[in-house]
Amino acid sequence: MSSPPAENVAVQVEHVCKTFRLPKEQVSTLKERILHPTRGQRTEALLALRDVSFEVARGEVFGIVGRNGSGKSTLMKCLAGIYRADAGEMWLRGRMAPFIELGVGFNPDLSAHDNVLINAVMLGLTPDQARERYGSIMDFAELHEFAELKLKNYSSGMQVRLAFSVMVHVDADLLLIDEVLAVGDAAFQQKCYDVLDRARSEGKTILLVTHDMEQVQRFCDRALLLDRGRVVAVGHSRSVARQYTQLNFAAPGERESLVRAAALADDDDDVVVIIDAWAQSEAAGRTTVLEPTEASGMATRVRFVSPAADPVFIFSITDEQQRRIMSMSTDRQSFATGSHAAGDEIDVSVGFANHLAPGRYWLSVHVREAVGGQLLAFREDIYSFVVSGPGWGNVVVDLPHGFLLTPAPTMSEASPDER
Amino acid sequence: MSADAYRVQGPTALGSGDRRRLWNLTRTLAATDWKVRFYGSALGYVWSLLRPLMLFGIVYFVFSEVLKAGAGIDHYGVILLLAMILYFFFSEVTGAGVTSMVDRESLLRKVGFPRAVVPLSVALVAVMNLALNLVVLAVFVLASGVQPRWSWLLLPIPFALMLVFATGVAMLLSALYVRYRDVRPIWDVVLQALFYATPILYPIEAVINQSATLAKIALLNPLATLIQESRHLLTGAPSAAEVLGSTALLLVPLAMLVLVTWLGLHVFERMAPSAAEEL
Repeated sequence: MSSPPAENVAVQVEHVCKTFRLPKEQVSTLKERILHPTRGQRTEALLALRDVSFEVARGEVFGIVGRNGSGKSTLMKCLAGIYRADAGEMWLRGRMAPFIELGVGFNPDLSAHDNVLINAVMLGLTPDQARERYGSIMDFAELHEFAELKLKNYSSGMQVRLAFSVMVHVDADLLLIDEVLAVGDAAFQQKCYDVLDRARSEGKTILLVTHDMEQVQRFCDRALLLDRGRVVAVGHSRSVARQYTQLNFAAPGERESLVRAAALADDDDDVVVIIDAWAQSEAAGRTTVLEPTEASGMATRVRFVSPAADPVFIFSITDEQQRRIMSMSTDRQSFATGSHAAGDEIDVSVGFANHLAPGRYWLSVHVREAVGGQLLAFREDIYSFVVSGPGWGNVVVDLPHGFLLTPAPTMSEASPDER
Repeated sequence: MSADAYRVQGPTALGSGDRRRLWNLTRTLAATDWKVRFYGSALGYVWSLLRPLMLFGIVYFVFSEVLKAGAGIDHYGVILLLAMILYFFFSEVTGAGVTSMVDRESLLRKVGFPRAVVPLSVALVAVMNLALNLVVLAVFVLASGVQPRWSWLLLPIPFALMLVFATGVAMLLSALYVRYRDVRPIWDVVLQALFYATPILYPIEAVINQSATLAKIALLNPLATLIQESRHLLTGAPSAAEVLGSTALLLVPLAMLVLVTWLGLHVFERMAPSAAEEL
C-alpha cells in the first residue's frame, strides 16, 4: 500500500493491472447454465493493463498514446472510475471530469436545453450549477436560437458543438479526454485547441488519449506509450511520439525487440535500474536552470539489481529539435566505474563548463555493459532543463569566445611580407 | 488549488460518501424519463392524470356495477383501485427495473457514478406516477362517500415499505439481468402470477369464505400484506393481522421483505464494480 502522492502530483498510478475475462463460449442463459454447469467457467483472460505506473505533475498536459487495443481507453476508464483495477493503486488530486465520449446521456427526444442539463449533471455539476451555466454554454456553442429544438433535429455537427460546449463548462482541475477531439471539422478542431491551450494556461492537468502524434507534440509536455497493456515509454512527448511511430511501422519481429528494449527499465531481471537523473550546478545543486558558462553537471542515480563490473555510463543531451548536442561517456574518458554488488545504489555525475546555447534541453541516460556493450538500461529524456540567457533557440552551442577590434593592415605595411 | 489527494476506488453501488451526487443524478435521470414519457403528445402531462382517471373509471364501473364482484363489501370499488395502484407501482418499479442497467448501458460505460442511481431513478419515476395516481384515487374516494378517517395519516407507512420492497427487488433483478438475460421473461410471468395470487381483483373476504388457511397463506406474501394493510387504513377493511389471526405472524412477510431487500442490495453491490465490463 502506498501513501498519497506529493503535493505537486495530480495523478499517480502504481502497478495497475486490469484483466478482462472473456467467456470462450457465451453462456448467458439460465438453461445453458443448468445444462452445462462447468462450461461457463472457461474464460479467456485478456490482459488489458500490465503493471502500469506513471505520475503526472499538476498543470501538466500528458498524452497517452498507443495502437488500437494497447490499453489506452481501459486506463482512462480505470482512472475515471468506470472500471475497477484488479491490482495497483491510483491517486488523483483535485476534481476530475471524464470526457470518454461527447454528449453522455444525450436523449434525441429532448430539447437541447434538457440535454445540456442532463449532460452537465452526468459530468459532475449539480443541477443548480448546470442551470446557472446554461446561458454561457449555449453562447459558446452558438446555438441559442435552437435551444428548444429537439436534439434529433440537430445536425451531427451541432450536437458535437453542444456537447463540447458543456464539456468546456464543467470546471475541473483534472481533465481526462479520450479521443473526443478527433471528431468535427477543422474549425471545431481549432476551437478544441484553443480550449486546451486555455485550460493549460489556467494550470489544469490534462490527460489526453490520442492517435494523432502531431497533437501529442503540439500539446503535451510529456507522454506515455502503451503497447499491449505495457508501458513502453514515458517521457518527453517528442521522443514518445517518435517511438510510437517506430513501433507502428516496425516489422512484427522488430517490434518485439523495440518493445523489449524500451521496457528494459521496468523488467525484474534487470542488471541495473536508473532511478533518477538530473542537472546540477556548482552554485545551486540540483536545478532545472543552468546559467551560461557556469560549472555544470549531469548526474544519475542507479541501483544494481545484480552485480556488475565497470558498467559504462553515457549522458546525452538533446535540444528541442531532437538534435543530439552532446554525449558524455565514461569509457571514452577511460573512467573506471568499479565493481558493484547487487543492491548497491550509486550516483554518477559528470561535470562540464556550460557552453550550451540558451534554450531547453533534455537529458538521456544509458548504461551499457563494459564488454560487448549490451544495453543494460536507458531512460530517454528523463530530465529537462533550461539554459538561461538571451538569444533563445537560434544556435546550438555558445563556445567561449572573445571579440577583438584592430585596424586592417595597410597596403604599405603589408607589402614587405609579400616580397 | 491544494486539493486533497484521493484514491480511485472503481465503481460502487452507492458511491463513496457523496450522497448528494447520488440524489442529483437520480432525480436528473428520473426527470428525463418522465419528460420522454409524454413526449410528442398534445396534452403532455395532463395525460399522466387523465389516463389513470379514465382507466380507473372503467375498472370501477365494470367490477362494482356490472360484475358486482364485491357485493356486500364496503367501498369495494375504492379498495379495488387502491390495490391496483399499489400493484401497478410494484410492477412498474420491478418490471422497468429488470432491464434498467442494460438500458442505461451507454451511461454506465462512459461515466463513473454510483451504479444504484440507475434502479433508483426507475423507482423515483414510479413514485411520481404513484403520487399522481393517488391524487386520482382521492377523487374516487371522495366521490364514493368514504368517511375520512384518522388512519389515513398512517397510509404513508405501507406505501414507504412498498417502495423499499419494490426497489430491493428491482436492484436484485437488474443485477441478475446483466448476466442472465432470461430473468426478464421469468419475471414477466412471476408478475402475472403475483397479480392473481394477491387479493386485488377479489376482496380478501372472498378468500376467507373459501378457506381461512388459504387467506392466511395469501397474506404471507409481502405484496399482499402491504396492500391489505393499506386497504384497512383506507376503509377499515380487515387488517392483515386480523386475517392472519395474530400480529406475530406479520413478522413473516416483514422478514421476507427485509430479506429480499437486503439480498437485492447485496447482489447489486457485488455486481456494480463489474457492470460496465459485462454489459
